[in-house]
Amino acid sequence: MHMADALISPAVGGAMWAASAGLIAYCSRKVRTELDDRKVPLMGVLGSFIFAAQMINFSIPGTGSSGHLGGGLLLAVLLGPHAAFLTIASVLVVQALFFADGGLLALGCNMFNLGFFPAFIAYPLVYKKIAGSHRHRARTTVAGMLAAAAGLQLGAFGVVLETLLSGISSLPLATFALFMQPIHLAIGFVEGAVTVGIVFFILKARPDILDKESGNAPARSFSLRSVTAALLLAGLLTGGVLSWLASAKPDGLEWSIAKVTGSEGLGAQAGRAHAALAWLQEKTSFLPDYAFKKCPSDKTVESKNPEAADGETSLAGFIGGMLTLAIAFITGAALKRRKKKGLPQH
Amino acid sequence: MQMTTQDTHSPGLRYLDILSCQDTMLHRLDPRAKVLTSLIYIVAVISFDKYAVSALLPFCFFPVVMISLGNLPAAYLVKQLLIMAPLALFVGIANPFFDREIMLRAGPVALSGGWISCCSIFLRFALTALAALILIATTGFTKVCMVLDRLGLPRAFTVQLLFIYRYIFVLADEGSQMSKARALRSCGRRGMSISVFCSLTGHLLLRTVDRAQRIYMAMVSRGFRGEFRFKAPLSFGMREAAFTLGWSAFFIFFRMYSIPSFVGELIEGLLR
Repeated sequence: MHMADALISPAVGGAMWAASAGLIAYCSRKVRTELDDRKVPLMGVLGSFIFAAQMINFSIPGTGSSGHLGGGLLLAVLLGPHAAFLTIASVLVVQALFFADGGLLALGCNMFNLGFFPAFIAYPLVYKKIAGSHRHRARTTVAGMLAAAAGLQLGAFGVVLETLLSGISSLPLATFALFMQPIHLAIGFVEGAVTVGIVFFILKARPDILDKESGNAPARSFSLRSVTAALLLAGLLTGGVLSWLASAKPDGLEWSIAKVTGSEGLGAQAGRAHAALAWLQEKTSFLPDYAFKKCPSDKTVESKNPEAADGETSLAGFIGGMLTLAIAFITGAALKRRKKKGLPQH
Repeated sequence: MQMTTQDTHSPGLRYLDILSCQDTMLHRLDPRAKVLTSLIYIVAVISFDKYAVSALLPFCFFPVVMISLGNLPAAYLVKQLLIMAPLALFVGIANPFFDREIMLRAGPVALSGGWISCCSIFLRFALTALAALILIATTGFTKVCMVLDRLGLPRAFTVQLLFIYRYIFVLADEGSQMSKARALRSCGRRGMSISVFCSLTGHLLLRTVDRAQRIYMAMVSRGFRGEFRFKAPLSFGMREAAFTLGWSAFFIFFRMYSIPSFVGELIEGLLR
């Protein structure tokens, strides 16, 4: 579920990085001012623990396949939302740098999808409300599974939206969502079961580890029925919004304007101030329409008309591309030959 | 014995760590130059339109030159890419099914926009993922954290990154040993049930918490009072400026002008 740089545009990557950077700053301040100093090494070592735990696979009953722990919800239960977000973010940084699992620019997206949703939505709004102080085993199990499923559903939908908004993939929203959401629902339930299993183990062996977090929020008298009804309502609303978004019309506002005026955009305003500001905006906008300004020489970009993309252009692009690759590899080989050093042993 | 994922991940972590300790001209450069150049490179690559393929090819120069100058194993890096490609590959391979408008004709061959954007996605993924691996293999995680700290990353997060890096090898080894010990006692049964996994992970978690407490006691006994200070032996000189500005100019130039198309047209004209 890690977003890759290949699928996002600079605008989406930048925006999500801004959101995640803001969250990192906020959580860092919270951790520094409110948390015990003991939590500092605990956060670090728990991050390494999550990494190590992710390397161990377990069998998923009835499927013949295996899975591994995600760890977002478990970290939130152990550390609380702010410290958990920082820990998840640090794990993602290591994964991106050492394993190219998720791109560097897509880190903002991944931190939001895999950190914000489990730590700030699933844990406080679902898990804590239902499980409370872990007194009731059944409630804790339901809490874990629902919270993990909710967190992963939101995260998976985040991936879908970010891919759609970037415009690199041609997958329609409905198709991509239909692929991602059910798979991650199943993964969410398994993740929830595993998380709760570990929580029960800790409760038996060292309940003091969970005391601080669970003790702060005693279970309220929410009935399971009202929580289920609220989630069902949220699902119906999301489904309604989803199906509206999946409409063939690209933009509701442009469609409405087209219906009224006959064109999708508003015409230029008559006033001089408007014209001057529009000129200034056109000249200074770094990313007009959320994309870089098109290069005039990039013919494959402009041509959606089959007649324009003729064989001559295609052949020229092919020849130029192959020549470029050849020059690149000859350069690399020439530089490597000059070095003549041995490689460190694997 | 069944190969578990930690057998492939943990050596991978260590190997990149070992590669980052080499002494080449590239490794001696200030880490800020390499981090900045890598970020500019990634932004330039992903800023291309979805149908850009030939225009992306000059960007192969950067990883090729860095791998050569940094004495890095190209085959190993490419193998790492293939292991981590599933989402990008899945989304890319779906494009030809949804974008069928013909965009390229060369004689009898006609390619739809979907195939072109699919190639573009694969190329983007390879270039950006290689950039990340090359950055770590030529700079090292600790120095990257120092650069991020200098760039304004909150100190609490930088400390978190350094802690996780310090203990990742220790805990990965511990997890690997526990998992192997269980496998050796499984009498040939493959796979691990969820209940066994919860118990095994629970034990690892308890050890982790105890380790954290010992670390805290060790820190306090060495004078830790809640604040971390870094010694910063970094120097950004003429070489670093030339490296950063030179590559940035290269990226900006090839982002703005599609030289492969131009060269291809030139050659076509000469052949006629």
